[in-house]
Amino acid sequence: MRLLDFLKGERKKSASVAKERLQIIVAHQRGHRGQPDYMPMLEQELLAVIRRYVKVDQDAINISLDSDNDCSVLELNVTLPNEGEAAKS
Amino acid sequence: MAKIIVVTSGKGGVGKTTSAAAIATGLALRGNKTVVIDFDVGLRNLDLIMGCERRVVYDLVNVIQGEAGLKQAMIRDKRSENLHILPASQTRDKDALTLEGVEKVLMDLSEEFDYIICDSPAGIERGAQLALYFADEAVVVTNPEVSSVRDSDRILGLLSSKSRRAEQNRDPIKEHLLVTRYNPNRVNDGDMLNLDDIREILAIDLVGLIPESEAVLRASNQGVPVIHDDKSDAGQAYADTVSRLMGEDVPLRFQSVQKRGLIARMFGGGGRR
Ligand SMILES: Nc1ncnc2c1ncn2[C@@H]1O[C@H](COP(=O)(O)OP(=O)(O)OP(=O)(O)O)[C@@H](O)[C@H]1O
Ligand SMILES: [Mg+2]
Repeated sequence: MRLLDFLKGERKKSASVAKERLQIIVAHQRGHRGQPDYMPMLEQELLAVIRRYVKVDQDAINISLDSDNDCSVLELNVTLPNEGEAAKS
Repeated sequence: MAKIIVVTSGKGGVGKTTSAAAIATGLALRGNKTVVIDFDVGLRNLDLIMGCERRVVYDLVNVIQGEAGLKQAMIRDKRSENLHILPASQTRDKDALTLEGVEKVLMDLSEEFDYIICDSPAGIERGAQLALYFADEAVVVTNPEVSSVRDSDRILGLLSSKSRRAEQNRDPIKEHLLVTRYNPNRVNDGDMLNLDDIREILAIDLVGLIPESEAVLRASNQGVPVIHDDKSDAGQAYADTVSRLMGEDVPLRFQSVQKRGLIARMFGGGGRR
């Protein structure tokens, strides 16, 4: 079996690619669970506003609502692109 | 009080109606008074799978709108006296169902039946939400395929937030994973998600594993739920599923490739003994 796998090539099996993709998707979906219905719209509109000024990716924005006993915190994380490659290293 | 079980999935065409028909039939064969309701208003299918399409007179919408009584609309299964079918309307649209109307129907049925099985329409919109709203348990039908798994996770989100149990802060809906159309050969080849991966991703209890099977099409051609075909793999896998829903602990079958046929096994087994 092993030899056969080897002969078939190094290519990653499609099912394991599927699994990795799903793990990311599901983690993302679960992050949004139990949040108010307006959150996706709010996220989209905030993203649109930010994009008017800075060029960011669709998934560069992360928004979450945490509620404690007596206060709720709306947290907004935006990953801005680096100003030139120098900043990277 | 009946136990209300919704059969749901998000994604269309994954085997909800096949599963609802098999599970309802199986529960009835095991002596439970069972009614199975088609919530797919406008696109009914359950009557065909149950083989009672020519006996449909009234439907769920008629009952909710007060045009017919429950007794008039329910069809008694011709094979099992414990089993009744409440068909969906073929003509009305989904808005004909109201939350209050559905609640009344379920409450009335609750007094007479042990199990109420709700066959959900596809999607995550109103129709699917109505089908799951009053549920005590949910069978989440999932195929070993990315879009089906993702949609199942969406449905799990709805079950835990948009149901009556969630809104009233009662014990949550009991969620069961039912993996269908599983093909162990393709899993072995590495081209189909395997059962453990699906379980790991969705993280809910497994209630059954139904293999991809020729028996399913044969059963739907004939209008006889596949669980009646007790020689078939799918029929047996659904029977196991019903046992687990009733709280029994039965071993999982059909997870790996059936390597040898009966004859080969007889010879092979004889030689080794
Ligand atoms: N285990 C199986 N093996 C082979 N074919 C299957 C299996 N389960 C379901 N099918 C086939 O898949 C198709 C869809 O099944 P079914 O109608 O039960 O799905 P559904 O989820 O109710 O669809 P919809 O979302 O449209 O209501 C049918 O043609 C059925 O015969
Ligand atoms: Mg269906």
